[in-house]
Amino acid sequence: MDAIPAVTFDVARIRQDFPILSQTHRGRPLVFLDSGASAQKPRAVIEAMVRCMETAYANVHRGAYRLSELATDSYEAARAATARFLNAADPREIVFTRNSTEAMNLVAHSWGRGVMKPGQAVLISELEHHANIVPWQMLRDDKGNELRVCRVTDSGELDMEDLARKLADGKVGLVAVAHMSNVLGTVTPVERIVALAHAHGAKVLLDGSQAAVHRRVDVQAIGCDFYCFTGHKLYGPTGIGVLWARLEHLDRMPPFLGGGDMISSVTFEKTEWAPVPAKFEAGTPPIIEAVGLHAAIDYVTAIGMTAIETHERALVDHAMGRLSEVPGLTLLGRAQDRGGVFAFALDTAHPHDLATLLDRAGIAVRAGRHCAEPLHARFGLENGTTRASFGLYTTKEEVDLLARAVTEAREFFK
Amino acid sequence: MTPGTGGVHPSGRTTGLFDDLRDLYQEVILDHGRKPRNFRRLEDADATSRGDNPMCGDRIELFLKMTPDGHIADAAFQGRGCAISTASASLMTETVKGKTPEQAKELGAKFRELAMTGACPDCGGDLSDEMERLTPLSGVHEFPSRVKCATLAWHTLNAALDGTKEASSE
Repeated sequence: MDAIPAVTFDVARIRQDFPILSQTHRGRPLVFLDSGASAQKPRAVIEAMVRCMETAYANVHRGAYRLSELATDSYEAARAATARFLNAADPREIVFTRNSTEAMNLVAHSWGRGVMKPGQAVLISELEHHANIVPWQMLRDDKGNELRVCRVTDSGELDMEDLARKLADGKVGLVAVAHMSNVLGTVTPVERIVALAHAHGAKVLLDGSQAAVHRRVDVQAIGCDFYCFTGHKLYGPTGIGVLWARLEHLDRMPPFLGGGDMISSVTFEKTEWAPVPAKFEAGTPPIIEAVGLHAAIDYVTAIGMTAIETHERALVDHAMGRLSEVPGLTLLGRAQDRGGVFAFALDTAHPHDLATLLDRAGIAVRAGRHCAEPLHARFGLENGTTRASFGLYTTKEEVDLLARAVTEAREFFK
Repeated sequence: MTPGTGGVHPSGRTTGLFDDLRDLYQEVILDHGRKPRNFRRLEDADATSRGDNPMCGDRIELFLKMTPDGHIADAAFQGRGCAISTASASLMTETVKGKTPEQAKELGAKFRELAMTGACPDCGGDLSDEMERLTPLSGVHEFPSRVKCATLAWHTLNAALDGTKEASSE
């Protein structure tokens, strides 16, 4: 990272932007450590969506009247803002979906079935979320495309030698991996993955559901072919996700869903597809959600993704130290480059019992396998883990409270 | 109930944050959770079934041995799960021994009522002693996300008795 500016990141002021964080929970302040599942919303997002509904709402792309034009402008402005957020070359490369799961399914259906050759394989990894496993299994079962799985090392990093081995025969058409693991916190070396994959003729899809929240993402610098993220983890609303893909790919891909808005002409004999991105946005799109996503992007951009990353790096270092001091705690994932996701096992308590106790202390964490069952099997943790995941509003004091509460919970179950 | 502010638990342990969770995690539950009874395979079982809670990965395998006249002679289980689901399975294997399938199912129905509402209106009858043994689990009704931890074993029991082999507490 070059020249990180000396930023003042005032977490106390940022917390005031999030109405829900002023709530108390069982008489204690809410300590929300489940942002990796879904993040809380700043007032700017909430108000933008309300303002849209109160002043500028109608359906988009069709009404020859003022309100519809306003709504269309807002919707397309959200697309342009998303393109800038990812440093996409062209706003038409942004397709709005329901979430990143749908974005990956779109690629599996449309590119996987329509562009990828039948004999080509898909290469994923052991650290994937089910959303980046199941669509490829469905493709395999439907079309016979082999599914390969890159191993993860004991420290929770992609085994790059294994990746190279599995690319070596040139049969892989797509490498689909997470930019950041939702369990291990590992940030994967995406530039190296892209270079390796492209050298072997494979395209690259990155699941940026976690990474896009914590790091500045530049799809052109990374050089990937597809990038997916979701609005609700980026402090935006549910119901909107993003697929970025190079225009050359989108142009070649058949539509995913059929319906209104994605056509240029329809007769019962023949339908002509609308140009991208409309071709992939059948039906009334998530208009209010796009406005909310736009506000969320403006919000994090104003703070600065680099400032957010710097704050979170300090928090991650702090958490690594604190959690390492908790007796009986085994932290999953000790990658060199990792973000604010901490999944752990505790020797005396099952993850669900621990989560129930932490909830009583006002601490919201997730327990289970976090939609990454194969990864937990890989580490021999069939009972799952307890996961604390950070947002830009997470404080060192909250991390300290977590460590204290886990220590006390361990005694409770001893 | 007020949140704990630190102190000494009757067991002698110093606790604080979680004192008010002693209703949910009573000593008998912690004990059965740590040292489940009848935690073994029955190689010559007459009925078996598997119960899964796909959301959290809890899984139990249940084994029943029947007497010639159709009573449950022995019940045992194996698997993995949280303290609540393990304790519930452990207590279940203890309470269903000697019961007919009908009695065991009735007990299960009453237990599910107890787990969901914290009360058991018709628990005064024939099965009152057994229900009393299961009341330490009644605290789960305050924790909706944990009720199915407590009921998984009983769903699995029904599957074994009905011969359907598999149960899910989703």
